[in-house]
Parts: sequence; C-alpha cells; structure tokens
Amino acid sequence: MRDKNLRQRVLIGLIVGAAILLAICVGGLFCAEAAKTSDFTRKNLPPCLTYPFGTDWLGRDMLARTLRGISLSILLGIFAAAVSACIALLLGIAAATLGRTADAVITFVIDLLLGIPHILLLILISVALGKGFAGVAWGVALTHWPSLARLIRAEVMQLKESPYIQIARKLGKTNWYVARKHMLPHLLPQFLTGLVLLFPHAILHEASVTFLGFGLSSEQPAIGIILSESMKYLVTGKWWLALFPGAALVMVVVLFYAAGENVRKLTDPASVHE
Amino acid sequence: MKLELNQVSYQYKKENKKILENFSLSMGDTERVGLIAPSGYGKTTLCKLIAGYLTPDSGEILLDGRRVSSYKGYCPIQMIWQQPELAVNPRLRMREVILEGDEVEPRILEALGIEKAWMDRFPTELSGGELQRFCLARALGKRTRFLLADEISTMLDLITQSQIWNFLLKEVKQRQIGVIAVSHNQALLEKVCTRQVRLDYAIK
Repeated sequence: MRDKNLRQRVLIGLIVGAAILLAICVGGLFCAEAAKTSDFTRKNLPPCLTYPFGTDWLGRDMLARTLRGISLSILLGIFAAAVSACIALLLGIAAATLGRTADAVITFVIDLLLGIPHILLLILISVALGKGFAGVAWGVALTHWPSLARLIRAEVMQLKESPYIQIARKLGKTNWYVARKHMLPHLLPQFLTGLVLLFPHAILHEASVTFLGFGLSSEQPAIGIILSESMKYLVTGKWWLALFPGAALVMVVVLFYAAGENVRKLTDPASVHE
Repeated sequence: MKLELNQVSYQYKKENKKILENFSLSMGDTERVGLIAPSGYGKTTLCKLIAGYLTPDSGEILLDGRRVSSYKGYCPIQMIWQQPELAVNPRLRMREVILEGDEVEPRILEALGIEKAWMDRFPTELSGGELQRFCLARALGKRTRFLLADEISTMLDLITQSQIWNFLLKEVKQRQIGVIAVSHNQALLEKVCTRQVRLDYAIK
C-alpha cells in the first residue's frame, strides 16, 4: 500500500467497500428462506460456530436475519437516496437559475423542511402512505433533500458569477456548453458525495422509524424490527440479539460514510498531489 | 474598426461615488491606448464596461456604430483579466481552456512559450505567469478585434514581460487589433502605446 499514491489507495478502499456492501446484498437474497425458518430445537443459542450471531427465541438464525435486514435497508437506502438526490439537484438548480420568485419559494420550502425534525415528518409521510416498504421509502426520500438542495443552489449561484463563466459567455459559448463544461464538473462531485452520504441517513432513519413501529411490518426482517424485538429479551441476558445486528448496521453506515469521503477525494483534481 | 465611448457613466450600486462620469474615448484598430490612474479610479471597471461584462448607467459604447451589447456570440472585444487564477476553470485541463478561444493558432501558443506538456495539466498545476499566457492565447482568437489588457504582466519577471509584450505588439500590428492597456508601469505604457489617457483627469 505504501508505494501507491492517495488516489490509488482511495480507489482500492472504495472498491473493497463496494464489494462488502454488494456481498451483503447478495447474501441477503440467498438468506430469504433461512431468515424465516424457525426451529425450536435450537432456540436462544448464544453465538457459536454453527450460528455465529446466535439464534433467537423462535430458533431463527440471527446471521441470516441480520443479512436479510441489512440488505433490505441498503435497497431502501439506494432508492430513497437516489430520489432525494434528484429532487435536490432539480430544485437546487431551479432556485439558482429561474429567478427571484422561484428562489424565494424553494428557499422557503427548504427552510420549512429543515425546521421540522426529520423523524417527525418521516413518520407522518410513512403513516399517510400506509407504512410498509413504500411508506418508509417515500418518507425518507421526501425528507432528505433540503440540505443537498441548498448546497447545490449555493454552488450554482457562485458558479454563475465566476469570471471564467463570464469569459466563456464573451467567447460566444452557449448555455448548454457552459452547463456541460463549466457547471457539471463542479456539481457532479457535490452531487455524488451528497448522494452517497444520504445512504447512511436513509438507512438509520429507516431503522429508527421501523423501531418505533411506524415503518416496515413485523414479518419483514428489517434491522429496525430485529432491534425493537430484541429489546424485550435484552433484560434476560440475550445480548447477542441486539449486539450483532446493531454492530452490522453501524458497520454499513461507516462504510457508506467512508465511500462518500472517497468519492469526494477522487473527483477533486487537487487531491492528486496529496 | 472603430471603438467609441460616448459620455459613459457608471456607479456600483452600494457606493455613492460615481466611478466613471461622462467619460468619452474614441480609438481605431491600429491604436494602442494606455490607461493611467491611481488605484481605485475605475480602470478595471472601464475595461469591464468596454468588454461588455458590465452595462453603463448612461452613455453608450459603440463598436463600428453598433452597441457592444448587441453583438451575439463571440465578442470582438476581448478582455484579459488581472487574475489568471480566476479566469480559468480549476476543473478543466488547459487543452480545453485553449479550445474555448476562437480557433487559436498553434503559432500563438508557441510564441507565448506555452509548452506541450502544460496542455494536459490542470490550472492548479501551473504558476500565475504560465496561466496568464494561456489567457492571452485564448483571447487572441480569430475574431478578436480589440484587446483589453488589464495589468496582464504584473506577475511576470522582466524578461518574460518583454518577450510577451514584444510578441503581442507584433501580433496586434499584423492583425490590426486595437489595444487598451492598463498598467501602473509608466515606462511600459510609453513603450507599448501610441497614446495615453489619464482617468483621474477625466473624472476630476
């Protein structure tokens, strides 16, 4: 690793992170049956070699349940973050380019949404849409765009006034050229980093809404469900029911944060020299 | 081609003082006019007005009898900015920066001492003086008829400064490009320009 420069190390880190996340998703697909199978001959087993994460009070394999839960969370995170980031991009650019009235309206909506606690709005939307996967997904997607939208709006406004874009216009370049050659290279890194950094938020909020009982239904082995159910058994000393799924959730979130940072570093030309 | 400024006035909205008041100037494309004034007398503002980056509050700026702002597409009046670091996009390679100009001839790049290896670099990988040469080359595209040089050589050493001005003089004479040069260096303006205009007299 020593002989590689920062860029190459970052790239390796990114690939490893992505591979782990992909492995979890694929693993989750194959664990669908195993996560549901209950077997009372093996209930409440602490972690051992056959069941590394232990088993629960119905004798279900906690490793399979955790994998399934995390992969469900990642899937939901991808959907919610993608929708959220697209809303942010569109509204951010619209606010910066469509004139004062549009800017005032969009800025007001951004401030309004930022003023309400995420979780409250999320619960409202989720319940209004009938809970379940769709409810949580739309809830997360519709509440997470304001901060990224604000960032993009500020970036576009600053770019519009920059000398090199004014010069490009005097050199007879079209709006399309300016957007493609001058705006995009600046916005894309912001957008990608923002997009990746939305994942952990989306996943954590999905887990908390589900934990509180306003999200996914209890037959689905979501991380939030696993954690809220394990609460009842924690006092009886079954620590593994909460510890491993919780740690897995934290690990995935950390992986996504690291990936977001890496994307930022990769897209910044000045980072070549570090 | 003829560049005319008739009674041009301009004021930045936040300040009470007028930067330019009823300023007039007329020049042809064989002339090289030097602008002299102490700092803060609106030399750069005047350049931005002429190049169309700003619009005057009153008065008009005409190129061959047509308002400069009415020229669509490539503007025949090109300004070279004082800070080359701000005048190029930090995320574009220098090759793209040159391509933005109007079919800049390779001989111009060569004469300005731009090395082939620089073309693949990003602006952060070049010094201010090196970047300024790119800005010069970009402004010397085919359709350029007037060049506004706003303190373009302050960041260069004396030898490079004279090399670049020598080339520029030859180029503008040959292609009949009019020049407005701004500098604090009186000796340079005397050498380069056919006449000089004092902004502080024009205002006070």
